Amino acid sequence: MTTWMLRRLIQAAFVMLVMTVIVFIGVNVIGDPVEILISPEADQAERARAVAALGLDKPLWEQYWRFLSGALQGDLGRSFVFNEPALKLIAQRMPATLELAITAVLLSVILGIPLGLYAGLRPNSIGGRAIMGASILGFSLPTFWVGLMLIMVFAVQLGWLPSTGRGPTRELFGVQWSFLTWDGLRHMAMPALNLALGNIALVLRLTRAGVRENLPMDYVKFARAKGISPNRVVFVHVLKNILIPIVTVVGLEIGGLIAFAVVTESVFAWPGMGKLIIDSINVLDRPVIVAYLMMIVLLFVVINLIVDLLYTVLDPRVRLETKE
Amino acid sequence: MSATSHDAAPMPPKQETPFRRFVSEYSESPVAVASFVLVVLIVSIALLAPFISPQNPYDLAQLDIMDGRQPPGSKSLEGLTFWLGTDDQGRDMLSGIMYGLRISLGVGAGSAVIACVIGTALGLIAAFAGGKTDTGIMRLVDLQLSFPAILVALMILAFLGKGVMNVMLALVIVEWARFARTARSAALVEARREYMEAAQCLALPKWRLVFRHMLPNCMPPIIVIFTILVARSITLEATLSFLGLGVPITEPSLGLLIANGYQYMLSGKYWISFYPGIALLVTIMAINLVGDQMRDVLNPRLKR
Amino acid sequence: MSDTTLEVQGLSTHFLTRAGVVRAVEDISFSVGRGRVLGLVGESGSGKSVTGFSVIGLVDPPGQIVRGKILFQGRDLTKLDERELQDLRGNRIAMIFQDPMMTLNPVLRIDTQMIETVLAHDNVSREEARQRSRDALGMVGIPSPDERLVSYPHQFSGGMRQRVAIAIALLHRPDLIIADEPTTALDVTIQAQILAEVQKLAREVGTALIWITHDLSVIAGLADDIAVMYAGRIVESGSVAEVLDRPMHPYTHGLIGSVPSRNARGTRLRQIPGMTPSMLNLGPGCAFRARCARADAACAADPPQSAPSAGRTLRCFHPQLEMTA
Ligand SMILES: Nc1ncnc2c1ncn2[C@@H]1O[C@H](COP(=O)(O)OP(=O)(O)OP(=O)(O)O)[C@@H](O)[C@H]1O
Ligand code: SF4
Ligand SMILES: [Mg+2]
Repeated sequence: MTTWMLRRLIQAAFVMLVMTVIVFIGVNVIGDPVEILISPEADQAERARAVAALGLDKPLWEQYWRFLSGALQGDLGRSFVFNEPALKLIAQRMPATLELAITAVLLSVILGIPLGLYAGLRPNSIGGRAIMGASILGFSLPTFWVGLMLIMVFAVQLGWLPSTGRGPTRELFGVQWSFLTWDGLRHMAMPALNLALGNIALVLRLTRAGVRENLPMDYVKFARAKGISPNRVVFVHVLKNILIPIVTVVGLEIGGLIAFAVVTESVFAWPGMGKLIIDSINVLDRPVIVAYLMMIVLLFVVINLIVDLLYTVLDPRVRLETKE
Repeated sequence: MSATSHDAAPMPPKQETPFRRFVSEYSESPVAVASFVLVVLIVSIALLAPFISPQNPYDLAQLDIMDGRQPPGSKSLEGLTFWLGTDDQGRDMLSGIMYGLRISLGVGAGSAVIACVIGTALGLIAAFAGGKTDTGIMRLVDLQLSFPAILVALMILAFLGKGVMNVMLALVIVEWARFARTARSAALVEARREYMEAAQCLALPKWRLVFRHMLPNCMPPIIVIFTILVARSITLEATLSFLGLGVPITEPSLGLLIANGYQYMLSGKYWISFYPGIALLVTIMAINLVGDQMRDVLNPRLKR
Repeated sequence: MSDTTLEVQGLSTHFLTRAGVVRAVEDISFSVGRGRVLGLVGESGSGKSVTGFSVIGLVDPPGQIVRGKILFQGRDLTKLDERELQDLRGNRIAMIFQDPMMTLNPVLRIDTQMIETVLAHDNVSREEARQRSRDALGMVGIPSPDERLVSYPHQFSGGMRQRVAIAIALLHRPDLIIADEPTTALDVTIQAQILAEVQKLAREVGTALIWITHDLSVIAGLADDIAVMYAGRIVESGSVAEVLDRPMHPYTHGLIGSVPSRNARGTRLRQIPGMTPSMLNLGPGCAFRARCARADAACAADPPQSAPSAGRTLRCFHPQLEMTA
């Protein structure tokens, strides 16, 4: 188990390293580093000074080394726009995004699994077919358009929910959260649902497929032959089996949700890091862009690690193999 | 296709060619047929937009700011009916959508074609070369696919700046990996078939093997992936344009049309966003449904 | 309590598939008395498992019982609702499945799977349920049951898993056990041990047993009665001694002839020529006639069930009374 953990950690570190190289090359080779790292408003003399200060006249590998050691110390440059360390800006916005993404994950599980169970247990019922039909829509509707329609219906026409923003927040562990206030929750409802939509469809389909696949299995029949209640057969025997792939997929999708929050945050003016990155791309605030990319890759790698771990906890077959 | 001299030979009137079989199996689902007709219709509208649209939405001389934000069905000062209303510039939405479709389809299909060529080539190379080349290419594919498309696209646009060409490049980079993976696995299956062995015995040159024999047989799964990825490119382009990172405001795609209408929606002027959205939706759904049916028909595992 | 634990009368179970009707079980009747063992034999696809599943009411859709009665201690099981059946299953009637690799839930621990069975029918503490599970594991010869209880199925061999399944079947000391080829996956010594255990149970507790198998030698050593199935019908039945010593149906003759021990060493095993007919849309007439040496024009009609002697049944127009060499 420990050697397995160690190997995964080394792998993760390696992916991070590769990403620093890619981002470094993207910024310094493909893009023009002077333009990227120095404020566009700087004049000629300022430029020359900055080039020397940033070491842009040094060989590439040395520049990379500076970039890497800076990154390791949490220094990814300062934002031109906010004149603050880029990493600090990202860190400030991260809770809003994480809050949104985690709520979306919860929504996709809370809604997706029951709907999928229903569609799987009653595949030919009207309800079951309707759920499957709707799930196809959930996959192919563009997120941003669904977001607009949500705003149009629930904010503009019905006036039930606030259209944009994060609403009032409350502090917990030194961070501001929306979900701790009622109005904050109302602000979060539409963006979270919007972000979750594709994942609800995904979880629903996985669940349904799992039910269809597991129901005819002998172990289900044997469980019934033991005289245990139908509910226990479905919610303990079958669900435990299909939960394993679902947890894996949902876990791996969290990264995707955080990345996709870019769209939802833009639609609902949610002040998370996705909104920040779009604004930064638009005004060419490159240090923030670099910080965002490094941060999100880190999140990805960490999430994948956690999912791998969770998978081994859930599935006894894998767990024992890795132990030995 | 065939030379006329061959046609003289007595032939059964209805030969069961693979294409015929494909068509007949595809037609089994009415929804799929309707979707196909719809796709043809949409593509025709996009191609013929300059001839059939009521207005040239790019020609500023034809626009009158006084006609701005008119609801659907209202008339312009010159008596032109705006069936789907107008945007803030006084642009007829119907015309805007027709031209927008051109750009959306063009960017979507164009990038998918390029990605298809590059990806398929790399996939075939991986399958054929094997060894280190194969591992190298597939590692790259895995790395690429482990990050969501939107993130990769954002990264590229962040490096290169916004613009249509950069969006297309981003789409190509996002998609080539799927083609590579599909082509490689299809090629590996094909490589084990008898005709490949037979061709090898005849000592035909290797490139000839790949292009004349293997590629045509690998086509079905690639076509399916292509269809689905065109739909995905269109969605992604619309999303990027909506975020303001894609096409320029002077020649808006559907995504940008929707974005333009966004600010007016809160004041109840829904049509500026709504109708381009419907056009986008119908396009994506139709292409997806066509792709789904093709997959079902071409997938040997589902064959009865 | 009456002496007959289970009496099946004219049972037909059909699968209404899209391709047509599969008459997996057609008009079969048999009974098993308290403490007695009925051997159900027949080749693959003859409907043995479907018969078993019909009795506990677990026929997979699109299959359904279309006719007949299943009287368990006088109650007709076909008339019971799902809830009443659930109370009987695993409690008064237990079943052991054919494939031990597939019967246990791969992601639940053995103790979970055993304890839930105890708790489903008896209002006892978890501790007592665990104790009973442990005892049952010991009974089927699983060493260090305490340790085994906290294991997962994949840590067991096929034979061990089947023993766990048998232990689960024994938990409530049921009145009827349907054992679907339970010992095929076990090695000979374990098989003997389990057979002895089961026989003991039958004698002491009065459990009735339906033992489904391909293996006539197991039947010869274990069963009191035998029913031979062919293409969904019971073609011959009676006490083991009589049927195996003086078989009448040509198919039974064929089965006995193909048992290795009855052949002289070195001679080739005699196979029944031909193949099992497809059960899909099987027409009228004796289903065995394509493979039967004695078949004639009469066999194009359904052979009715006759009673050649007390306690025996037969479905054949031309019984074969002498043994083939
Ligand atoms: N779910 C089903 N759908 C359609 N037909 C079925 C189904 N289950 C069983 N059958 C049919 O019922 C017949 C009897 O099957 P059954 O499993 O009872 O045979 P068996 O005697 O137990 O054979 P084996 O020794 O191989 O276990 C078979 O011909 C099979 O085709
Ligand atoms: S009824 Fe006819 S065909 Fe059938 S077993 Fe008897 S003799 Fe053979
Ligand atoms: Mg069976």
